[in-house]
Amino acid sequence: MRRLLLGLALIFMLVLPLWGNNYIIRLTTMMILYSVLSLSWNFIGGFTGYPSFATASFFGLGAYAGAISQLHGVPMYLAWIIGGLVAAVFAAALGLAILHLKGHYFAIASLVVAEVLREIVNSWTDLTGGGMGLNLPILRLDVDVQARLFYYSMFGLAIMTIIAASYVSNRRLGFGLRCIKQNEDAANMIGINTTIYKTSAFVLSAVFVGYAGAFYASWVNYIEPGDVFDILLSVKPIVMVLLGSAGTVVGPVVGAVIFLFLEEMVWRNFLTFHVGVLGLLVVCLILYLPDGLLAVDFRRFIHLKGSR
Amino acid sequence: MLILQILVNGLVLGGLYACIAAGFSLVWGVLNIINILYGSFIIIGSYVAYFTYNYLGIHPFLSVTIAAVVLFVFGYLIQAGIINRVVAAPVLTTLTLTFGLELLLNNSLLVAFTADYRKVILENPLGILDMGGIIVPLDKLATMALALLLTGLLYWVLNASRIGRGIVAVRMDREAAALMGVKVKQIYAITFGLGAVMAGVAGSVMSVIFPISPLNNIVFLSKAFVICVLGGLGSVTGAMVGGLTLGVIESFGGLIFGPEHAMTLSFILLILLLIFRPTGIMGKKGYE
Repeated sequence: MRRLLLGLALIFMLVLPLWGNNYIIRLTTMMILYSVLSLSWNFIGGFTGYPSFATASFFGLGAYAGAISQLHGVPMYLAWIIGGLVAAVFAAALGLAILHLKGHYFAIASLVVAEVLREIVNSWTDLTGGGMGLNLPILRLDVDVQARLFYYSMFGLAIMTIIAASYVSNRRLGFGLRCIKQNEDAANMIGINTTIYKTSAFVLSAVFVGYAGAFYASWVNYIEPGDVFDILLSVKPIVMVLLGSAGTVVGPVVGAVIFLFLEEMVWRNFLTFHVGVLGLLVVCLILYLPDGLLAVDFRRFIHLKGSR
Repeated sequence: MLILQILVNGLVLGGLYACIAAGFSLVWGVLNIINILYGSFIIIGSYVAYFTYNYLGIHPFLSVTIAAVVLFVFGYLIQAGIINRVVAAPVLTTLTLTFGLELLLNNSLLVAFTADYRKVILENPLGILDMGGIIVPLDKLATMALALLLTGLLYWVLNASRIGRGIVAVRMDREAAALMGVKVKQIYAITFGLGAVMAGVAGSVMSVIFPISPLNNIVFLSKAFVICVLGGLGSVTGAMVGGLTLGVIESFGGLIFGPEHAMTLSFILLILLLIFRPTGIMGKKGYE
């Protein structure tokens, strides 16, 4: 049953661009991008239980690395890979520096890094264009073809992320990370090298996001520091994961889909208050649905109805 | 001479910072909650001062009392009604919750007051104090003195009043305090309210110096973070030391790197401190 559903979803996603208009395709591309962000955050936040707010750093870093390499003549696909690698290397270094912090201290340190990076990008005008942002070379392709090209590229990345997530989830690494989440000292005692495990999770949470950032830069053709280092980029994946279910593979994807759906509804109806409505969503989520949608036993409702 | 002038500027600024951080540090230390709403609380305090001055003619130094009452009620209700429900949950839960509340509150402020920068312009400024070449505007000096006085008041409340002793008891050992008959949830709400009061009075006195806009929330919040990490967590003395240190560092940093990088400088300082000395310069947990 579950396999059948997954297969149907996969086929649906594959044939969607054949009939969808450009609005639908753009929206679903965004949805897949969100899924990549939430799946990535899930490595460090869901499996390991570290409240990371570093997603915006990785995204922005990847976006700028990709954009700058493209402006220096690197082909687009290669530039995306560079974006992912730069983010991964940065995450490894940052992880070694701040992963020994716990709780709030880790959260703040990861949060502040994005601000510092944004300031650096803002001031380093020669390389990054500063606050003016960067314009990327425009693809000489038909608009419809472009939309589908980006859709399938993003979809490929999402599949890679899902494979990585289920691989980690079922193997030694995922087991070790769950141990760390429950009790780090005990995990250390039973022989898990917590530093290596945590850093691996942090790098995993960065590499796909960096790639997605570089992809985003090519997709929208223009980036500026305030856009790609936006703090909301760190918060949204957390909300998506909590909406789905933390520490699972399907949860973040479900969360991302629902989140985008809500966002699209909200964005349209509350032009000046959309951030406020997002806040309201977060508050309700934490208070009434703390373990996510997947943890809700829907059969209970059906059963209740039947018995009455 | 320049060095002395900058030192004085830094200390004046630092007095305000101490006041900003005291309430934030209190909530963090006692409830183990990072109050992301803090920046917006400060801004509400500033608006109270702005509107009472412009429409009722009450001087900001007096309207601190109004700001204190307004924010205590507001803070108490938020903690008692919302945050208390998840107060023992993991860090991620409480952090995300206050973040959501902040998005909601700050957006409401933006809609209600617009993003325009406002400032309290006093009709009768106090003038300027010239101490042999070192120049300090008296309004700023009075603001700093008042801010330090209010911080001192918080110290007194925590140490001498019955409620204050309850707060300190809960901070030291929640279970033991509950067994001794302290109503923990109520103490949480009062603590959060007191934190909001410190934000409100800080915002109120600062309205004379800094422009007011809902967009400033991140600036204030990040200052509070940095000071808490600098001075160590949960003690009023720590907030004082951290605040004054940050004020001086920012003044000199502004001289060396240019004032536009003051914020980045404090962030880099924060990261370095977290990496190398997460317990703060005081180096011990403060249970006063």
